[in-house]
Amino acid sequence: MASPSTRIDDGRDVDSDNSGLMREKLSVLIVDDELLVRKVHEKLLSKLKLAKQVQTQTATNGKEALDLHLSGSSFDIILMDLQMPIMDGTEATKELRAMRVESMIVGVTSVDAGADKEAFMEAGLDKCLPKLLTADKIKSLVETLEKNK
Amino acid sequence: MDVAQLKRQLFAYTALLFHEGFLDEQFTQLQQLQDENNPDFVVEVVSLFFDDSERLLNELAKALDQQNIDFKKVDAHVHQLKGSSSSIGAQRVQRVCIAFRNYCQDKNVEGCLKCLQQVKHEFSLVKNKLETLFNLEKQILAAGGSPPT
Repeated sequence: MASPSTRIDDGRDVDSDNSGLMREKLSVLIVDDELLVRKVHEKLLSKLKLAKQVQTQTATNGKEALDLHLSGSSFDIILMDLQMPIMDGTEATKELRAMRVESMIVGVTSVDAGADKEAFMEAGLDKCLPKLLTADKIKSLVETLEKNK
Repeated sequence: MDVAQLKRQLFAYTALLFHEGFLDEQFTQLQQLQDENNPDFVVEVVSLFFDDSERLLNELAKALDQQNIDFKKVDAHVHQLKGSSSSIGAQRVQRVCIAFRNYCQDKNVEGCLKCLQQVKHEFSLVKNKLETLFNLEKQILAAGGSPPT
């Protein structure tokens, strides 16, 4: 089983007019059993440079995501897939909320609307978006995070 | 062929792939994520798609060869294939998957078998075309040209 991986981008190459207003740190956990999805989302987050320091970590299923939290990790945003082996997104989200995890948990799924998706939302998601996330959608999540600070 | 000619050929070939519906905007999104830190990002992601798809097509062939077909299992595989083809912008593969899923829902064996052949065909086509595209990019680099942007 692949172990979670961490990547840090320190944002030193940012050439932005509003670098003074940029948030200091952003930590994101990407939970998805598909390597392709983890890779694309990780790259997108590192490229957008939405904070002076962007840290991404990945997990391949809900249980790995829980284990990270049990070992003391915390994240600003958790991107949670729905359909995963061992522990799916609905179960993982319920467990995280039961642990009083306050991160923004965003469901990211290509599952069509229906009972599974409703149960996923009711498990405690802040939002549910279709795969793959776009730059605009990710920026909007960070803006919401800032507003709710 | 010199670098300028190769670049023109690459440009024209890429435009044709979009025009014929083999690729869509999602492929452009992937190209925009490629940079000097990850110069092989697109090839890496597309290779993951090739590997995943070949595995899923084998699983689909096995699942549809059973005496009592588990349509839920078939649908789950098609759903995954639809997801990964959409992730790299393989539009024609994705479209066949949509039709395929409808046949799964109707438990239509003939329809499913027809779609399996179609999706194998479309996958084979897009794989060949992407390999041609990547070869052109390699030739440009080998001829001393700059990486494609």
